[in-house]
Amino acid sequence: MTALIETIALSKTFTLHGRGGLQLPVFSGIDLSVQAGECLALTGHSGSGKSSLLRCLYGNYGASSGDVRIRHLGDWVSLSSAAPREVFDVRRRTLGYVSQFLRVIPRVSTLDIVADPLRRLGVSAEEARAQAAQWLKRLNLHEHLWHLPPATFSGGEQQRVNIAHGMITAPPVLLLDEPTASLDADNRRVVVDLIHAARAQGSAVVGIFHDDEVREAVATRCFDVEQHRQPI
Amino acid sequence: MKPSVLLSARQVGKAFVHQGQPRWACRDVSFDLYPGEVLAVVGESGSGKSTLLRLLAARLACDEGSVHYDVRAESENESAGLVDLAELSEARLRWLARTDWGFVEQHARDGLRMNVSGGANVGERLMALGARHYGNLRSEAVSWMQRVELDTGRIDDLPATYSGGMQQRLQIARNLVTHPRLVFMDEPTTGLDVSVQARLLDLLRELVDELQLAAVVVTHDLAVARLLAQRMLVMKDGCVVEQGLTDRVLDDPQHPYTQLLVSSVLTP
Amino acid sequence: MMDQHYNFAFLDERTKKRIRRALLKAVAVPGYQVPFGSREMPFAYGWGTGGVQITASIIGLSDVLKVIDQGADDTTNAVNIRRFFARTTGVTTTEKTREATLIQTRHRIPEVPLTAAQILVYQVPMPEPMSRLEPSRRETIKMHALSEYGLMHVRLYEDIAQLGAISRAYDYPVMVNERYLMSPSPIPKFDNPKMHMNPALQLFGAGREKRLYAIPPYTAVRSLDFEDHPFEVQRWDHACALCGATESYLDEMIVDDAGSRLFVCSDSDYCEERRDTGHVGTQQAVTLHDALATPADVITPSQQEAA
Repeated sequence: MTALIETIALSKTFTLHGRGGLQLPVFSGIDLSVQAGECLALTGHSGSGKSSLLRCLYGNYGASSGDVRIRHLGDWVSLSSAAPREVFDVRRRTLGYVSQFLRVIPRVSTLDIVADPLRRLGVSAEEARAQAAQWLKRLNLHEHLWHLPPATFSGGEQQRVNIAHGMITAPPVLLLDEPTASLDADNRRVVVDLIHAARAQGSAVVGIFHDDEVREAVATRCFDVEQHRQPI
Repeated sequence: MKPSVLLSARQVGKAFVHQGQPRWACRDVSFDLYPGEVLAVVGESGSGKSTLLRLLAARLACDEGSVHYDVRAESENESAGLVDLAELSEARLRWLARTDWGFVEQHARDGLRMNVSGGANVGERLMALGARHYGNLRSEAVSWMQRVELDTGRIDDLPATYSGGMQQRLQIARNLVTHPRLVFMDEPTTGLDVSVQARLLDLLRELVDELQLAAVVVTHDLAVARLLAQRMLVMKDGCVVEQGLTDRVLDDPQHPYTQLLVSSVLTP
Repeated sequence: MMDQHYNFAFLDERTKKRIRRALLKAVAVPGYQVPFGSREMPFAYGWGTGGVQITASIIGLSDVLKVIDQGADDTTNAVNIRRFFARTTGVTTTEKTREATLIQTRHRIPEVPLTAAQILVYQVPMPEPMSRLEPSRRETIKMHALSEYGLMHVRLYEDIAQLGAISRAYDYPVMVNERYLMSPSPIPKFDNPKMHMNPALQLFGAGREKRLYAIPPYTAVRSLDFEDHPFEVQRWDHACALCGATESYLDEMIVDDAGSRLFVCSDSDYCEERRDTGHVGTQQAVTLHDALATPADVITPSQQEAA
């Protein structure tokens, strides 16, 4: 069993310079290690820093202290010290992220948004779109939506686009932020199946699951972020 | 094969003398740019970003530090290694600017020949490099105009008859015809209508992707940076106050000025 | 008889020496514009002061001088300049190309092929071939230095795009020795091929612009073109009305209100020589109707050689 993502004494504190340097501690001293095939659920009340932790794992937020390491192509890459193009390579091939809110390039069709991660891996446009179509079908997104940009979609539809986009390359490490928040029961089940499939393929999954049922269905372990609130 | 650095800025600085005292328009800027990377240089007026761009493109000489570029050796695609631009002859620099570099100006009028047709504008670099077949030049021009989504029926029209957005597209085509590896862009969408800006950004994004261009994009618009660039430099009063991954800098700004910039952006 | 009030050939010896030095530089770098200290001449800029200064600097007592203007020896300009030199040098003058050692010309090259014993001096209004495209002198100097001539090709491309063909009929740009872009002065493009590999020394002088340049004997001179739009010379469907010549550059003169035109050799000496050897033309004007019915052919120089 190999660890695919680790944190070492990870801490995050926001400093709001616009408010006279006000410090907002989020969490501190987090040590995590997630193995291939595991699904770690981050728990804690709203505002406890779960999303922030997930963003730190993606490199979207910088660590205030400590480190985040990803197992990338057989080596450990530290997100804090890696050059931007290295982080990009990690994100392209190893690290997938399904954000809570869809923020994608405007004016690009849903199909192309979902196909894009495959294109970045060198897959042909035709093949990538074909696979994207399959994912969208699986997530019950009607075909007539595929050629539209998702900006006008409902919350649930946007979320499913997000999921397809984040999971289509079957990344070894997968980060999920509230992936079922706006979905109905049927689609929740689809997502649960997808997570199971990812784990079965050997991916390490770290997720925030608002829905207890979903969490119970997918998580192998839980981690309470709230316990790590106090700064050192 | 490990990719090598394409453009390297090392403690680059430029001072202008004002009332006897040097005033540093830009100072101590360092970064390494790799093939295919897009770097946004963001800042407000007076930040030094435009000066930096001109220093990188060797349009101004550095007062401090140096700019290095991976010049292709004359034979095929061999690399001659990183060369200090200050050591290149003017002839070589001008040749570089015409072949391996592009420079998209903020105002298309500064980057186009307004008194010759669109087709002539696109074909000029090729003619400067020795292309002597009219028919081929014309088909190259047509092909590039299609690529930048310009109506090829306007190929013989003067750029003065084009709209602002079309002029910018023509400028882009003119620069890309020699397949440069590095493109400098100075506020490429500023001043255009919002919808025109949006389409132009889409085009730039696609071209950068498709052609694996490296680019340095100067902009005051954070949305442009987010859309086009993987990396970002934030400048204030001639200094780089923050740099890193674009999404990290925009979503988790550390420096007071960056936080101010990010929070100042109006979102509709 | 030479006028004793002036120095030989009007200019002082120092000036002549400086101009000759500039000429040597020009000959050493074919097609390159050499600045020189152009002097005040007893006639205004635009009337051949550059050409006259060059002629004045190199003319010697044993020279035989011919002066032509648009091919003719008998126009006002040609007559005045010839008389000027006769007066200030006492040198023999002639109207026959074959007898001349030194020929000053405005806007034409004689039809009779020149020899290694001859020098042709051209009057040049604007020496910079790219002046209409790039007004900055500083920039054109750089372009010549760095051999950046794309701009001129852009202009030719533009002609073809807008007009279907390169429209320049005179002052057609050439590459000298495959290195410098040069303006051959406003000679018709018909004359361009004559500059190539000419045994005579060709000197060009621009008095107002204060520059001179040269094409040494047997130098390659190539008119600019595109591979698929090659350089062509003009050709007429009519012969000279006076001497019947079909290979010379013809002037077209309207002779009546009905638009009838007379086609006559531009090179007056050439025409006269032909007539003296018995050649006769139709002696008639061509009516407007006939002139329009037979379009002028264009042939390439290589076709011309083969013919």
